[in-house]
Amino acid sequence: MIPGPFSYHRPATLAEAVNLLSTLGDEARPLAGGHSLVPMMKLRLASPEHLVDLHGVAGLKGIQRRGDKIVIGAMTTQHELLASDDIGKSLPILHETALLIADPQVRYRGTIGGNVANGDPGNDMPALMMVLSASYRLEGKSGAREVAANEFYQGAYFTALEPGELLTSISIPLPAAGHGYAYEKLKRKVGDYATAAAAVVLTMAGGKVATCKIGLTNLSETPLLAEDAAKAVIGTSLDPATLKQAAAAAEAIMSPAADARGPVEYRKHIGGIMVTRALQRAAGRAG
Amino acid sequence: MNDMTPTREQREAKLEGMGCKRKRVEDIRFTQGKGNYVDDLKLPGMLHGDFVRSPHAHARVKKIDDTEALKVPGVLAVITAETLKTVNLAWMPTLAGDVQMVLADGKVLFQNQEVAFVVATDRYAADDGINKVIVEYEPLPVVIDPFKAMDADAPVLREDLAGKTSGAHGPRKHHNHVFEWTVGDKDLTDAAFRKADVTIKEMLSYHRTHPSPLETCQCVCSFDKIKGELSIWGTFQAPHVIRTVVALISKIPEHKIHVISPDIGGGFGNKVGAYPGYICAAVASIVTGKPVKWVEDRIENLTATSFARDYHMTTEIAATREGRVTGLRVHVLADHGAFDACADPSKWPAGFFNIVTGSYDFPTAHLSVDGIYTNKAPGGVAYRCSFRVTEAAYCIERAMDILAQKLGMDPAELRLKNFIRAEQFPYHSALGWEYDSGDYHTAMRKMMETVDYAGLRKEQALLRAAFKRGETREIMGLGVSFFTEIVGAGPSKNCDILGIAMFDSCEIRMHPTGAGIARVGSKSQGQGHETTWAQIIATEIGIPADDIMVEEGNTDTAPYGLGTYGSRSTPVAGAAIAMAARKIRAKAQMIAAYKLEVHEDDIEWDIDGFRVKGLPEKTMSMKDICWAAYNSVPPGMEPGLEAVSYYDPPNMTYPFGAYICVMNIDVDTGVYKVRRFYALDDCGTRINPMIIEGQVHGGLTEAFAIAMGQEIRYDDEGNVVTGSFMDFFMPTAVETPHWETDFTVTPSPHHPIGAKGVGESPNVGGVPAFSNAVNDAFSFLGSTHIQMPHDYWRNWKAAKDLGVFA
Repeated sequence: MIPGPFSYHRPATLAEAVNLLSTLGDEARPLAGGHSLVPMMKLRLASPEHLVDLHGVAGLKGIQRRGDKIVIGAMTTQHELLASDDIGKSLPILHETALLIADPQVRYRGTIGGNVANGDPGNDMPALMMVLSASYRLEGKSGAREVAANEFYQGAYFTALEPGELLTSISIPLPAAGHGYAYEKLKRKVGDYATAAAAVVLTMAGGKVATCKIGLTNLSETPLLAEDAAKAVIGTSLDPATLKQAAAAAEAIMSPAADARGPVEYRKHIGGIMVTRALQRAAGRAG
Repeated sequence: MNDMTPTREQREAKLEGMGCKRKRVEDIRFTQGKGNYVDDLKLPGMLHGDFVRSPHAHARVKKIDDTEALKVPGVLAVITAETLKTVNLAWMPTLAGDVQMVLADGKVLFQNQEVAFVVATDRYAADDGINKVIVEYEPLPVVIDPFKAMDADAPVLREDLAGKTSGAHGPRKHHNHVFEWTVGDKDLTDAAFRKADVTIKEMLSYHRTHPSPLETCQCVCSFDKIKGELSIWGTFQAPHVIRTVVALISKIPEHKIHVISPDIGGGFGNKVGAYPGYICAAVASIVTGKPVKWVEDRIENLTATSFARDYHMTTEIAATREGRVTGLRVHVLADHGAFDACADPSKWPAGFFNIVTGSYDFPTAHLSVDGIYTNKAPGGVAYRCSFRVTEAAYCIERAMDILAQKLGMDPAELRLKNFIRAEQFPYHSALGWEYDSGDYHTAMRKMMETVDYAGLRKEQALLRAAFKRGETREIMGLGVSFFTEIVGAGPSKNCDILGIAMFDSCEIRMHPTGAGIARVGSKSQGQGHETTWAQIIATEIGIPADDIMVEEGNTDTAPYGLGTYGSRSTPVAGAAIAMAARKIRAKAQMIAAYKLEVHEDDIEWDIDGFRVKGLPEKTMSMKDICWAAYNSVPPGMEPGLEAVSYYDPPNMTYPFGAYICVMNIDVDTGVYKVRRFYALDDCGTRINPMIIEGQVHGGLTEAFAIAMGQEIRYDDEGNVVTGSFMDFFMPTAVETPHWETDFTVTPSPHHPIGAKGVGESPNVGGVPAFSNAVNDAFSFLGSTHIQMPHDYWRNWKAAKDLGVFA
């Protein structure tokens, strides 16, 4: 539980950080909250030669409304998200989810940027970002680009980030007024990753589902958008047969690994239940 | 008397003696981060050692190449078995009469076994060095399943035992066999089964788990070449035993070995035995002439230092159709891992497992235990347990529920029918123990009334009916557990460790101004001895507990004691404290009589001093007697006021308790909710009710963890798959249920203050309560027994296997 030797850098500007990362290449890793990277380093599963600490970089923190979008700086902590009334009012699902991430101590350090950029299938925010149609701003030596959360995740710990690039902010279109939402997560204990989790954002019209998106956490190598499951519920009043159909459609795209949380069959079964429960709870909240 | 004269109640209260909810004095430093733990110790020039460990569960070690490691800046030495052989320390004796490799000698027998010890100037360099040691392994077939260990063609694990047909505990039947231990009357028991109306038989597994104290095992060894003295600071639950073991294996004279246990962050049995880290740090210090620190990390603690349980108990009960038990037969397959490193009293290879008849009046019983070797970490220790009592309590309490189910009887009613009755104490059990005291019916009935047991059963019946109608997906279980513990090891007639009788000791010195110090042979790891020991003395000699300092853990100053584990401190050391205090009071009585100018028989004890019989104003306080002891003792008497007592208990003590767990389980997810947990404990005289309550809360939390998910699990290749707190279930306050505690008081008749010990009761009694709740919940769907741990996915699987999703 002792990391190998590494050099520590603390740039003050984004340009400096990007420059360090591109110059130092593969042997450098950006350090945000450190709650994924540092334990890996202690186990020597990761041995970067350089750590580029982003805490001194100006402008990477904060929550702003820009037109019909909410823009969250990558270094904003989960705790800061929870403390924001703006988020509470316009994106309450972020609060519900952040409260299910680890424990208060971790949330004081853990950042939203680290959570979405690391590509860990166990992280909770990525599936949510897909459901919310969020996009990530990636900045590198050759400039900035926006990538949809939906296109960002390529495999476990593999993302669209190019070497030397940093994820600097997340923009989330404001969901429709009166939308219903829910994040359902089954975990064994505080601090655990999900056995299975599902994020739902939907709107209702005349007692029937008008729009719906369903995201899945820790049920594959990447977060998943359960499109067939969402299609199955549109136009329905979420009757038991529909819910069953949606759960089955969601289960069909899940491919979790067997681990101490349970065998594959159990984790998929729980995934289906999380989808069902999230749909029901979201519908109950829709105005 | 004027108004300022304190009342009797005020004088009594000022002492904060026995029965007082005195606040823990040690918490003043612990809550401010001012505790002094081994890892806080920094000695000048101190070096750091760390282990190269085996990735394989069973492999031949072909070659260890330390060339590159020695080039790492700061790395000074790489110690291997070959180095240790030069000082005859490649192997060490275990407390169970086996031998254990200190460092891999030719082969490794479990994953994460210690292979080489890298010594460096700091911890980082040591770890860098570890990563540069190249070890060549030739993997061998592994034995993980204990039921396959004694197959004829099972791989030979312990080549060092080749040709040895007998071990420390008698004949060996197989190359992977450690011992067979039998107790009881086989013929009589077989006859009871032949005559029985009803019998049950079930294999009850108590899975492997780990004590996992907050602070891991660690030590600092410092050898002074000039004086030839070895000082060892360590996380030792039994520092004197460690000193003697070191003297026996190192040949350093025992008076030149100083063992110090500073503050300890939890032990739970993990810190009783001796580990390779201690030996390697000591050898490294002797070789380098510098202090050497060794500190385990969490993964090492979970995977290499002693585990607990791993008992597989085939259990049979014979009974009449009316539900009277007539016989008990148990066979245990005991998985000890690679070496038998149990920390039991030496003559007890399966500890006190023969308490397995529990709280019931079994006319006859027979027990046999087969210890076996597998490719797992060595052990097992008594995890908050008095030597396999937890396993025994689980065995009998689960089996009684299974019998109740077969008889169609309520499990509480079956227990009431078979309890040893209050008038039968002292009670001689079929497997050889003499239970000191108990009143089981009263405790059980109090529990049933408090929780409205009958009402809960009605609610359960309604919920079951609703479940069968498809109106709910929740099922409800009531887990009853009535345990009897056997603690306080122990009487010299049957308990020793390496030949040293399991007494305990106390030395009290009263200072002239009426304050004093008590040094005790026990060693607190969080139990609060500094608080409670002073309370015993306060009541016995009338000096406020605040004026008594309690010191433990330094073998140079504390009288020889056997340490703290197995709930033995209150039954044994607590008795020694009371006896030493009584010696102080006896001398004080002579001094008081002399000063009051009356005959010794004419004065009597009164709360905090002596008074002349019939003349209540004529008194002398203990505080004044302390002063007099240093200036005006009776002619011919030695000055001073000190006493030492070594207490050899006449018998064990037998705490008991009635627990119930009310649990609902969602069959779709396997998620459970503990709705209520009520624990009634009878630990005899209660010294500090607040500390007892804290002990019960802690033990119940461990029991909850063990029953509901905590395990050390191996895959088929022998890899530990639960080697960190991500997967080894360590509940937080969020998961932990609310505990309700209660008590009855049945003092021990043979203990000086009637106390029995409580620390381990909640772990012993809690596990069967949880497991019985889960099993009771599923029983109406047709299941007889579901093995622990009962984590979510296994509950779901149980539901699925019972056809709930069909």
